[in-house]
Amino acid sequence: MFNTKTIRGREQRTAWILIVPALLMLLFVFGYPILRAFWLSLFTQNLGTRLQPVFSGFDNYSRMAGDGRFWQSFWVTIIFTVSSVVLELILGLAIALILNQKFFGRGLVRTSAIIPWALPTALIGLAWAWIFNDQFGIVNDILLRLGIINTGINWLGDPTLAMFAVIFADVWKTTPFISILLLAGLQSISPDLYEAHSIDGATPWQNFRQITLPLLLPQILIAMLFRFAQAFGVFDLIQVMTGGGPGGATEVVSLYIYSTVMRYLDFGYGAALVVVTFLLLILAVAIASLLLNKLRARTSGTT
Amino acid sequence: MARLELKNLNKTFSPKVIPVKDVSLTVEDGEFLTLLGPSGCGKSTVLRMIAGLEEPTRGQIRLGGEDITFRRPGDRNMAMVFQSYALYPHMTVSENLASGLKLKNIPRAEIKQRVAEVAQLLGLEELLNRKPGQMSGGQRQRVAVGRALVRQAQVFLLDEPLSNLDALLRERVRADLKQIFATQKAPVVYVTHDQTEAMTLSSKVAVLNNGYVQQLAPPDRIYSHPANLFVAGFVGSPQMNLLTLPCRGRYALLGDFQIPLLDIPTVPPQIVLGIRPENVRIAQPEDEHIIQGRVFLVEHLGMHNLVSVRVNSSHSEPQTVRALLPTDQVWSNEEITLALPPQSIHWFDVESGDSLVGRQRVETMS
Amino acid sequence: MTATPEVVSTTPRQAGGAKIPWRKILTTIAVILVVIFCLAPVMWQVLTSFKVNEDIAAVPTVYFPTRYTLDHYIELFVRRPFWRYILNSAFVSIVSTALALTLGAPASYALARLRPWGGKVILAGILIVTLFPGILLFIGLLEIIQQLGWGNNYLALIVPYTAINLPLTILVLRSFFEQLPKDLEDSARVDGYNTFQMLWQILLPMTLPALVTTGILTFIFAWNEFIFALTFITREELKTIPVAAAQLGGASVFEIPYGPIAAATVLGTLPLVLLVLFFQRKIVQGLTAGAVKG
Repeated sequence: MFNTKTIRGREQRTAWILIVPALLMLLFVFGYPILRAFWLSLFTQNLGTRLQPVFSGFDNYSRMAGDGRFWQSFWVTIIFTVSSVVLELILGLAIALILNQKFFGRGLVRTSAIIPWALPTALIGLAWAWIFNDQFGIVNDILLRLGIINTGINWLGDPTLAMFAVIFADVWKTTPFISILLLAGLQSISPDLYEAHSIDGATPWQNFRQITLPLLLPQILIAMLFRFAQAFGVFDLIQVMTGGGPGGATEVVSLYIYSTVMRYLDFGYGAALVVVTFLLLILAVAIASLLLNKLRARTSGTT
Repeated sequence: MARLELKNLNKTFSPKVIPVKDVSLTVEDGEFLTLLGPSGCGKSTVLRMIAGLEEPTRGQIRLGGEDITFRRPGDRNMAMVFQSYALYPHMTVSENLASGLKLKNIPRAEIKQRVAEVAQLLGLEELLNRKPGQMSGGQRQRVAVGRALVRQAQVFLLDEPLSNLDALLRERVRADLKQIFATQKAPVVYVTHDQTEAMTLSSKVAVLNNGYVQQLAPPDRIYSHPANLFVAGFVGSPQMNLLTLPCRGRYALLGDFQIPLLDIPTVPPQIVLGIRPENVRIAQPEDEHIIQGRVFLVEHLGMHNLVSVRVNSSHSEPQTVRALLPTDQVWSNEEITLALPPQSIHWFDVESGDSLVGRQRVETMS
Repeated sequence: MTATPEVVSTTPRQAGGAKIPWRKILTTIAVILVVIFCLAPVMWQVLTSFKVNEDIAAVPTVYFPTRYTLDHYIELFVRRPFWRYILNSAFVSIVSTALALTLGAPASYALARLRPWGGKVILAGILIVTLFPGILLFIGLLEIIQQLGWGNNYLALIVPYTAINLPLTILVLRSFFEQLPKDLEDSARVDGYNTFQMLWQILLPMTLPALVTTGILTFIFAWNEFIFALTFITREELKTIPVAAAQLGGASVFEIPYGPIAAATVLGTLPLVLLVLFFQRKIVQGLTAGAVKG
């Protein structure tokens, strides 16, 4: 397989020896389950078949097309993903710009700005469920004290408000990730550019629009790509805060898949749901990386 | 100790490596060969192929008659000094010096002795327990040389070892290197773009350009008999005057003046005349080949003035000749008469760039 | 306007020094808001964990309690095997971090320097894989774990955690290896080191800072993982903190133990808060190297 007579051949062999253990691990945990899901999705394997796989072709997929709960979870996921990513991006950019200023205690502030990102999501979900608690929650208390509401709101018991609450918690949890990436991007922009532009008479807003934003675009897109994928597969936060309720109002696709498999023991259908989610993700990633490459090609000339 | 031979080395089609087209060289024991050339000429690639860090596309490397083209770098018993010194930052000087020996399972006592010898030779005794980060550039450079010497390798390879030193230090270390390697019997291959280093250190210089050896000869010969236009222009500072002149009969025309050609079989329509600025002097009455012109620029170089003269010409574009003249010499009225001593004139073919004088043929070894 | 880059302030201002420093004031306010935004929810949980039950359930909310208690913490350790949860989390996280580094460092070196055939494809695959949410894997993994009899076994968590941390490990370390001067490796080769000796004796000591950076990130991810821990471990004494905390229930459905939950949250987050406090720079460095350079 490798021509060990040549230097390059031996180098190749060494390279593969070094890579193979990691590669096997990745194939074992990522490759196999995905392929297995494709295979399983062609079978019906649930309580009806006594958990034995029975080949059923594309039945699972046609069932999905008429599955209202699936479509609802799909829309919930889209709403959750889009709103949290957009909010995080705006907030993350604002925080990155603030943290890029010079002020007293900057190191400490930057440290505290990372904390939400580092903490376990499940535990954070507990904290936010407590904050949004209908009887003793601090949110209700503040709103009551400010006179905005008269009686406590059942945040996690109302479909719209529950959605709002989980989005809010997710934004809190993951905005730091975006801030970190964007702050690094900001720090890599040469101050000379701003100075030159200011000497040309640009206002701070023009500086932001014409220098900061275009040069930050690659980082913004990368952050968005990561966050999009993570938000699309969100599980722990919602599982802990609302469990998908009330009445499926916050049931995202991953929660639906989880209960399909773990509660209804419908493995075949669960696998089909995994396959569709996987394909949707790949599609989104492909589009995003295409955009990213285009952008890189465009900006690499100027930087 | 053994002779190192490169046979038709070629390295192409490798995107990150500067290509080498065809290089054949032999370095004998005790010889100090310098690969000299501008950046991008392929000199480092040749060195790296000798070391085994790159693999030739074609050709052969032989050491002591043995084919080592595809041998692992560590099995070639060569020692190399890198431009960046490449000292292991987490090891002390003595660990750096000993690292290669330990891998060869040399007895501890011998390692200790050899490290001590080299440390003494290079004046590193005080530094043995320091780490590279705590040393000056000059000290690191010495450790890098030491790490090569301690190996008692069959070939020494040096890749621009002086270029990270400041100018003053470089001159001193250059002298040190010359002494150190004069005592070594193994062949030395030294890569540089600095002609002074090449001239002062080597017993033999290979001038490289575009992946080909342009000339292989002792330094004085490279200087006095450049094999082609590239070598003529690259070696020597200030640069040789190279003037493309039309020929008429047995003469080349430089402005209004006729320079007799040496005997060449057929007179081409055009020819390149080369003469080093230091060989141009103010004409004496008895001089035969003289030109006249107007001084338009004087650059003071300390011992000499570099004088740029526009040669009088009634019919064609005026040519410029630069002359290195003693500062005490005076000339009147900015008009100057210069002598071009015939023995210092080089003739080159316009098309090929090759030297046209028989005794100056390209001296690449086969 | 607080959000304009700092360099703008260095541009010449109009004469007259007695201007109100709006910029500074606004920046300060913005900074304070950021800090409150980031820390308040955590602080609230900390406060709750030390309140007595009557204060927790008091309406209107008690912001400055007069009584503090450690009861909720004590309860966690007395009525629950909370030490076990912490040890489980720590063990699984540390082992999977070590494994991810052991497998990832050689692979990332090969990808950075040895230009293997297919390296670009592998790298692209690794990049895509970093985007996979755990839900896509858990059915397949569940089957594997059942087949291998790994249910309620640390391996059921260690192996997946190692794998989900490998892509990040490889991406971060690769970018560090690429920054190392190549001369060092060439020099080591000429000295006679083979690739394995070189990795171990020359490069590893030099990449120690990078290994620490990567290790911190992988530790955080492993500590925080939820869905596999929830699915593959059902035995109480093998549970990790996030799952155990999420499953804290009271004696009845109506009695939710807010105090112990808050205390569990604090305990589960404390190690990570400490990590962030000590290694803020390294975390930022690692995250940006992993995301941007990839």
